[in-house]
Amino acid sequence: MNGTMAAGRQFRPARRRRVAAWLRPIPYILPSIAAIVLIFAYPLVRLVRESTQQSYAGVTKDVGLTNYQFVLTDSDFITAVTHNLLLLLCVPILILLSVLFAVILNEAARGRRIYSTVLFLPYVLSVPVISVLFNYLLQLNGGVNSILRALGLGAIAQDWLGSESWALPSLMAVIVWKELGFGIMLFFARIISLPNELWEAGRVDGAGWWRLHWHITLPQLRGIIEFYAVVESITMLSWVFAYVYVISSGTGGPGTSTLVTELYIYKSAFGYGTNNLNIASAASAILFVGTVVLMFINFRVRRVDLHA
Amino acid sequence: MESVQSPATVTSRRGRLRRAGVAARQVVLVVASASALLPLYAMLTAAFKGQNDYLAHPLGLPLSPSGAAFSTALSSGFPHWLLNSILVAGASVLISLMLATLAAYAFSRMPFPGRSVSFTLMISLMVVPPIVMLIPLFELMSDLNLVNTYQSVIIIYAGLMLPFSIYLLTSFFNTIPRELLEAGSIDGAGHFRSLISIILPLAMPALVTLGIVNLLWAWNELLIALVLLQDDSMKTLMVGITIFQSHNNLNVPVTMAGLLIATIPIVVIYLAGQRFFVQGLAAGAVKE
Repeated sequence: MNGTMAAGRQFRPARRRRVAAWLRPIPYILPSIAAIVLIFAYPLVRLVRESTQQSYAGVTKDVGLTNYQFVLTDSDFITAVTHNLLLLLCVPILILLSVLFAVILNEAARGRRIYSTVLFLPYVLSVPVISVLFNYLLQLNGGVNSILRALGLGAIAQDWLGSESWALPSLMAVIVWKELGFGIMLFFARIISLPNELWEAGRVDGAGWWRLHWHITLPQLRGIIEFYAVVESITMLSWVFAYVYVISSGTGGPGTSTLVTELYIYKSAFGYGTNNLNIASAASAILFVGTVVLMFINFRVRRVDLHA
Repeated sequence: MESVQSPATVTSRRGRLRRAGVAARQVVLVVASASALLPLYAMLTAAFKGQNDYLAHPLGLPLSPSGAAFSTALSSGFPHWLLNSILVAGASVLISLMLATLAAYAFSRMPFPGRSVSFTLMISLMVVPPIVMLIPLFELMSDLNLVNTYQSVIIIYAGLMLPFSIYLLTSFFNTIPRELLEAGSIDGAGHFRSLISIILPLAMPALVTLGIVNLLWAWNELLIALVLLQDDSMKTLMVGITIFQSHNNLNVPVTMAGLLIATIPIVVIYLAGQRFFVQGLAAGAVKE
């Protein structure tokens, strides 16, 4: 016994050093871990639990998957998800326009600085602010229609956000207007970092503008295009609340023409009359699963080296 | 291809095409810039108009510029909402910068079991939409009696900013040469000392970038502020704007003046820190 104690004592300094090394990061990461548990982990656990319960008049009981069943067969929810999927149409438009503008910006003979400052600007502005602005601009007597009339296109002028058939396309236009700056910024930053020699050979061979960019510029942008596509897809599926809330004054209207998943959740939880946190939790959980699936696709597509 | 033509005509044709191309690009850029600026122009001009002037010419220059809309806007809840926004955004950004700096240092410089797994999990959280956590967070804050307090929103904002902040700072700290720190540890500097006196000064540009990006995010956030700060006196500017719009539907210039006041700080931050800002947003993508 004495012998083992002695041996133990001999090893102790080494072991203590090892334990100390293991403990050393704790004060550094603990505050962040605590915050993340509080803001992400705990809410997610609570969300899943409450999505399988129903509270009524102060009594809570387990109802299994009933809430999910309700949400998945609710025509409003299906409409909302369909609208999010339709918003995905913005993604190819955004990629096309922002690559095009970034290339043209790079080739501008003069004023690159000022053009880039102006073209990035919409991305910095607050979504609520620009949504209010477009609310006014897209009215029947708003700025957009007055431009159309001045151009002799008065025939197509209308109440863009007030018509059931045009509200969603108009919303998409507003989102594209705002998100485009981000794409231009990403692609422009990449293009100006490329060496000029890259295009020299193509120019010497007499390749035209389209061929030059199709075969030389585009392959260089591939990784960033993928990144932008994933970020914007996630935006279209689950980060458009502020646009829709402000543009439709919290209704998703006219009718349900601009209803999206986030607003469905918000209205189920906090809307007048509905106010059912359990139903809203089930819808949130479905949205979360959708986001996780997309995230996996993202990692598979990008094959990011997470060790950075 | 053009073997029949003499070299001279080829060059002059190329030259003309070239000049046409230059002009075409300028036209595209001018049109694009004009549409990027149109809403701002409409806001700026409308804020100095009267309601009738606005209705008659939504995009014209103000016939008789007046600051009346501004004094109406400023005599409402606006100044108070502005202060709320500054407080909430400023405090949450400072807290998350401090927490993220510490965590990023550990992720970058201290090996510990589960490091890469926890880092991966952490950065995956970047894409979780806040609405998913909103309901449980609202319930949590009501349990804690924190609804309608600055603390609730500051904690939530700081937490939501953490994954991106830790990711960005860790990648930045990883680029700092190991030799610099080894020199430090030979001199007997502990981890905290080397973080403060070696890493932080080098990381200033990254911290500024991150601060600007997070500040804009917090300033522009609507959903959480909408749900957690419901008292009129607690509202942030973004929430204020949405109710301001419905209250002043009969006086558009007042709303426009309010929007202008809410936008000026952002545009100033953007113009002053454009370089940092572009770097920060590109950082997630342009990884060499």
